[in-house]
Amino acid sequence: MTYTLDGATIPADEEGYLSDLSVWNKELAGLIAKDENIEMNDDHWEVVNFLRDYYEEYQIAPAIRVLTKAVKKSLGDDKGNSKYLYELFPYGPAKQACKIAGLPKPTGCI
Amino acid sequence: MAEEFDDEFDGPVKRFLFVNRKAPYGTVYALESLEVVLISAAFDQDVSLVFMDDGVFQIVKDQNTDGINIKNFSRTYRALEGYDVEKLYVEKESLEARGLSEDDLLVPVEVLDSKALSELMNAQDVVISA
Amino acid sequence: MKMLHVVNKSPFEKSSLSSCLRVAKNDSGILLIEDGVFGALQGTSVTDEIAGRSADFKIYVLGPDLAARGLSEKPIIDGIEIIDYEGFVDLAVEHGAVNSWL
Repeated sequence: MTYTLDGATIPADEEGYLSDLSVWNKELAGLIAKDENIEMNDDHWEVVNFLRDYYEEYQIAPAIRVLTKAVKKSLGDDKGNSKYLYELFPYGPAKQACKIAGLPKPTGCI
Repeated sequence: MAEEFDDEFDGPVKRFLFVNRKAPYGTVYALESLEVVLISAAFDQDVSLVFMDDGVFQIVKDQNTDGINIKNFSRTYRALEGYDVEKLYVEKESLEARGLSEDDLLVPVEVLDSKALSELMNAQDVVISA
Repeated sequence: MKMLHVVNKSPFEKSSLSSCLRVAKNDSGILLIEDGVFGALQGTSVTDEIAGRSADFKIYVLGPDLAARGLSEKPIIDGIEIIDYEGFVDLAVEHGAVNSWL
């Protein structure tokens, strides 16, 4: 599939994950989120930015268990739990937030 | 999908040992093995990694792949701790033959001699070599 | 014309570099790339074999492949020259034939 932003066609795989990580920007993230029926607010952005930092550091998209643990460590108990993350991203925080963050599908998500 | 067994996995836990014997980048074995390790860890298995022969080059510090257009996946070994994969072993003889020491490595490891390594291997349920 | 021998296999895993050193004509160029770059390192179990022949050949190693493997700062055997991709192209042009030891 593809996304269309400002007249440009941006390639993605059949599930909507960007083919080229480097083309990601905030507008594109908003567009992907819209496709996922998510209205982005500051809490969504916090998780998406967290994922992008994680990817920058480790070169992988984390599995949900690892994401939850890492969020807990860096953003605290209120946010580092499945309930909070599922409320933000109902169809799976790791999968949906990674897609919006322009990252590949999480490794260990089979 | 990993989401569905979010916090707990009730299946049997086996001792998995991944034996890494290939250098990174020249072939795809090292990266593929690392991906299998991450998947095994998502199932809460008891995972250990051994680096021997040219596999010790996988965890050498300061890798910079900008010049060869391949993802620098050496940084992913530092994510293993977050996946609760904390048992990393390196064969002493392999390090020495390559002029390397523990200080050259990017993750904390336990250096074992061949004899200790063979005992570790014998204590596993599943050994996967790549 | 001189021949350029290109070795891309680790000397710890395959005998490509040993075979190349055995049969290449003196004065040939030998270029170590990909996992072949391990052969350029000082202080390894194969250093003596390669250093012992370094007067017979002109040996080169590809810098970006050393860097990818975290080995840019490691000591290299005396006489081995580090080159980049442009240098690789120049070598291929200068030599009459290229023999890749796959």
